[in-house]
Amino acid sequence: MRATVLVRPKQGILDPQGEAVQGSLRKLGFDVSRVRVGRVLDVELAADGAEEARAQVERMCVELLANPLIESFEIQLEAE
Amino acid sequence: MSERPVVAVVVFPGSNDDRDAAWALGAVGAEPVLVWHEDDELPPETGAVVLPGGFSYGDYLRCGAIASLAPAMDAVRRFAAAGGPVLGICNGFQILCEARLLPGVLRPNRELEFVCRDATVRVANADTLFMRRCEEGQELVVPVKHGEGAWYADEGQFVQLAARGQIVLRYAEDVNGSLGNVAGVVNEAGNVMGLMPHPEHAVDPLLGSADGGLLLAAFVDAAAEHLLAVA
Repeated sequence: MRATVLVRPKQGILDPQGEAVQGSLRKLGFDVSRVRVGRVLDVELAADGAEEARAQVERMCVELLANPLIESFEIQLEAE
Repeated sequence: MSERPVVAVVVFPGSNDDRDAAWALGAVGAEPVLVWHEDDELPPETGAVVLPGGFSYGDYLRCGAIASLAPAMDAVRRFAAAGGPVLGICNGFQILCEARLLPGVLRPNRELEFVCRDATVRVANADTLFMRRCEEGQELVVPVKHGEGAWYADEGQFVQLAARGQIVLRYAEDVNGSLGNVAGVVNEAGNVMGLMPHPEHAVDPLLGSADGGLLLAAFVDAAAEHLLAVA
């Protein structure tokens, strides 16, 4: 099973990296009003079915991949 | 028990202030022992633990996140749960937050600038294991050097921590965008502290300030007391 995890700075959390990227994009002439920088993790895992895979990846997110204080996560599953 | 209490300094791949911490602890009366991150036991007779500054595991994922799961951290968790004093400096503070031994999280500095200079911090709560050689409101000059030192907690948590006296050090000015100018916090039990400034770089007036020695000396006292308490 393959899972893609999208980790984003939570709503309302200051993202200085996103602001810096936004500033650079504006310098290039793009009319960009907001950029947020997160990260993508592609995870290959062994699981019995989609439900179990999702439960496992959720636990991965809570325990390590995201910091729930400042980051939200979204899981996309893809059967092989 | 020897006269000098053993203070374990955990060395992670990418730690770079471990030897400075050991030197400074020796200067204020401790017997420092370096402990490799793969060890899952602390040395016998350990009276306190330091997690030093640096860039453990290259700051992969989030600063301190990978180190928080190192085998040595299992031993540190057990030690902290038994009331042992634990001090995290800079990256060590980040590790303790990621290990959830301390509240909050350290985020990139607001201006995305690596700050590297002497900072003035004010003692917000002297009635703690770590700050008891200081007075409330006392100003200390201690160097900072970090890119991700903006401490953050949500509003409710922040108010609760302040009310409980868990915020022990605040910058006298805005240094990195830290919520409430927080520079150092303790856990609810009061035996685990983290701070971004580097007390181990401020133990000799020749280097500009000896104020960090006040914190480290109190910490070494706590190490000796812990050894007596468990003896």
